Amino acid sequence: MSLLDVEGLRVRLQTADGLVTVVDGVDYRVGPGEVFGIAGESGSGKTMSMLALLGLLPDGAVVEGDIRFEDRDLLALSPTQLRDISGRDLAMVFQDPLTSLHPMLSVGLQLTEHVRRHLGLDKRAAEKRALELLEEVRIPDGEAALHAYPHQFSGGMRQRIAIAIAMACRPKLLIADEPTTALDVTVQAGILRLLDRLRRENGLAVVLVTHDLGVMSAIADRVSIFYAGRVVESGPAAAILQQPRHPYTRALLDALPHPEAARDQPLVAIPGAPPSPGRTPPGCAFNPRCSYARESCLVEVPPLLEVSGRQLACPVDPLAAR
Amino acid sequence: MSVLELRDVVVDYERRGGLRVRAVAGASLSVESGQIAGLVGESGCGKSTLARAAVGLVKTVEGSVVFEGSDVTPLGRRGRSRELARLQLVFQNPYSSLNPRRKVGSQLADALTTLGLVPSSERAGRVRELCELVGLPPGAVDRFPHEFSGGQRQRIAIARTLAAEPSVIVLDEPLASLDASAQAQLANLLVSLSRDLGLGLLLISHDLAIVRHIADSVSVMYLGLMVETGATRPLWEHPLHPYSEALIKAIPRADGSGVLPEALPGEVPDPGHPPAGCRFHPRCPYAFDRCRSEDPPLLELADNRSVACWLQSETASGAPAERAQLVAGRDVY
Repeated sequence: MSLLDVEGLRVRLQTADGLVTVVDGVDYRVGPGEVFGIAGESGSGKTMSMLALLGLLPDGAVVEGDIRFEDRDLLALSPTQLRDISGRDLAMVFQDPLTSLHPMLSVGLQLTEHVRRHLGLDKRAAEKRALELLEEVRIPDGEAALHAYPHQFSGGMRQRIAIAIAMACRPKLLIADEPTTALDVTVQAGILRLLDRLRRENGLAVVLVTHDLGVMSAIADRVSIFYAGRVVESGPAAAILQQPRHPYTRALLDALPHPEAARDQPLVAIPGAPPSPGRTPPGCAFNPRCSYARESCLVEVPPLLEVSGRQLACPVDPLAAR
Repeated sequence: MSVLELRDVVVDYERRGGLRVRAVAGASLSVESGQIAGLVGESGCGKSTLARAAVGLVKTVEGSVVFEGSDVTPLGRRGRSRELARLQLVFQNPYSSLNPRRKVGSQLADALTTLGLVPSSERAGRVRELCELVGLPPGAVDRFPHEFSGGQRQRIAIARTLAAEPSVIVLDEPLASLDASAQAQLANLLVSLSRDLGLGLLLISHDLAIVRHIADSVSVMYLGLMVETGATRPLWEHPLHPYSEALIKAIPRADGSGVLPEALPGEVPDPGHPPAGCRFHPRCPYAFDRCRSEDPPLLELADNRSVACWLQSETASGAPAERAQLVAGRDVY
C-alpha cells in the first residue's frame, strides 16, 4: 500500500496575467521506505507540486486533484488539521537551511519546539530527544550545538540540523526539495548517505526534488521527469537513467559532462529554454526543443502511457527511432 | 610565459576583534593564453579570495601577481592602468552585478565608452557583435536584465567583460545555480572563447564534472593552499593527493547504478586556526605521524604536476596496502 498517493494534481497560481497553470495533472505514489525522485529544469513545477502537499502555496493558488496521505485526503483538511500532520508524519527540508532555520533561536529550541507540541514531551524529555537527533545526523558535541545558533554552523551542518528538525517526530515521509544543491560535493555525499541510512533504518519514505540527475541516480528508487508542469517519463530510476525513452530525459542526460568523453567534445545542450508557465506551446510542451518532433506533436498533448515497465508521454520513442 | 601568474600569494582578512585570518596561505597558479585553468575546492578553501587577488580586488600580504609581465596592483583610489583592463572578472551572480534599471546594450557599451576602444559611430555595431559572440539574441540590447534567464544573464556579464578586449577572464562560479542544459551551453561558450579568441580563463567552480570536461589544467585548493596541480585528465585519472581523490569520489554519477558517492568526513577547518602539520590531516584517511607534525612541501613532478603530500615523498612506507585497508573501513555516514 502506498503512503502517499497523488492523482491528477493541478496547481494554478495567481499572477498579474491571471491564473497560470504550473502543475498540470500529475500522478505519483510513494511507498514506505521508498525514495521517489522528481527531476526537471527550473520552472517545471517540481517545487510547486510539493508545496501543494503541505498547503504552503502562495495566496490565491488553486489546487485540484486528489492527495491521499495514509488514506487521509490532504486537500480536504482544515489548516489546523493539516498542521497536525505536517511536522509530525510529513516533514519537509528545503534547499537553503539558512532561510528555513530561525536565525535568532537556538538550535536546541528549534529542535524541541515541535516534539513538545506534537508528541507532548516535557522539557527534559524533549532535550533528550534533541540530543539523540543531533547524534543521528552526526553533529559532533550535541550539548554545545543545542545552545548554538544557526549562523555558527557551516552549510552542511545547517542542512543536517534542518534534517534533524524534520526527523524529530519520526515522520513517515520526508519531502526534500533540492536538499544538497547549495552544498559542496563532499558534504552532499554525506547528506545523501544520511538520507539513505534514515530510509534503511527507520523506513523513512523520501520525495527528493532535484535538478541533479547524479543525485537522483545515487538514492532514488523510482523517478518522474517533469517538463512544463507535466510528467513526461516515469519509472524505476535505473531503467530511466540507463535507457531514457523520452527525448527530454535523453537530452537532460546528454547535457551532462560525461567522464569518458573526449577532450574538447562540446556538451550537447538542449536548444532554447523551457517555456515559462502560462506560455506553454500547444501540443507537446517540449516540441519546440525536440529533435524528434513530428506534426502530431505540435497539436496533440501526448498522454502518459504504460510502456514496458515505465510510463512515457511521447509517441516517438528515440530508442526505436534510431 | 604564462599570461597570468600567481606566485606564493598570501591574503589575510581581519576578523572582528583583530584576529588575522589567513584566507590564502601561499598559493601559486598560472593561466596560459588559449587555455582554461580550473580551480576547485570546498567552500571556505580560499578560492574566491584567490580570484579576487588575481584581479587586484584584495591586497596580497606576500607573493606576486603578474599579468602580461607587470605587477597587478590592488585597486586603489586612483583608476587602474589601461593595461589592467585586459584582466577581467565575472562574478557568480550576474543578477547582482548587472544594473537592473539599464538596458543591456547601454551596459555593454560602458567599457567601450570608458576605455575609448571604439569610435562612437561604431559603438552600436560593436555591442551587437558582442551579443553575437556570446550567443545572445539580436534584440537583447534593448531589453533589461530581468527579461533574461540565468544562463543568458551570465552571457551578458561575459559579453560585458569581452567589451574591454581582455586577454584573461577570471570566472568565479559562473555555472552555479544553472540547470544542466544552461550549464552545458555556457561551458561550450567558455571553450570557444578560449580556443577562438585565445583567451586565458581561470574557472573557479565547485562543479567538478564541468571542470573536468572543459579545463586544460586543474588546481585543487584546500584551506588556503594548493594541494595538487596538473593537467586535467591525468589528475582525474590518478589523483595523487588524498583530497583530490576524495573530491573526485564524491561526485555522484547519473548512470542509474544506485551507487552512493563517497563522503569525506568532517569540514574545512577554520582558517583562523589551521591544523598543525598537513592542513588536511584531520580528514585524511591515510594520515600518519609525520602528517600531524610537518607541513608537506609542494613537490614538483614531471608534466607540470605538483602535489603536497607526504605519501608521495614516502612511497616506500607501504602506503598502498595501508590505503586499501583504510578505505574499506570508512563508512562513517
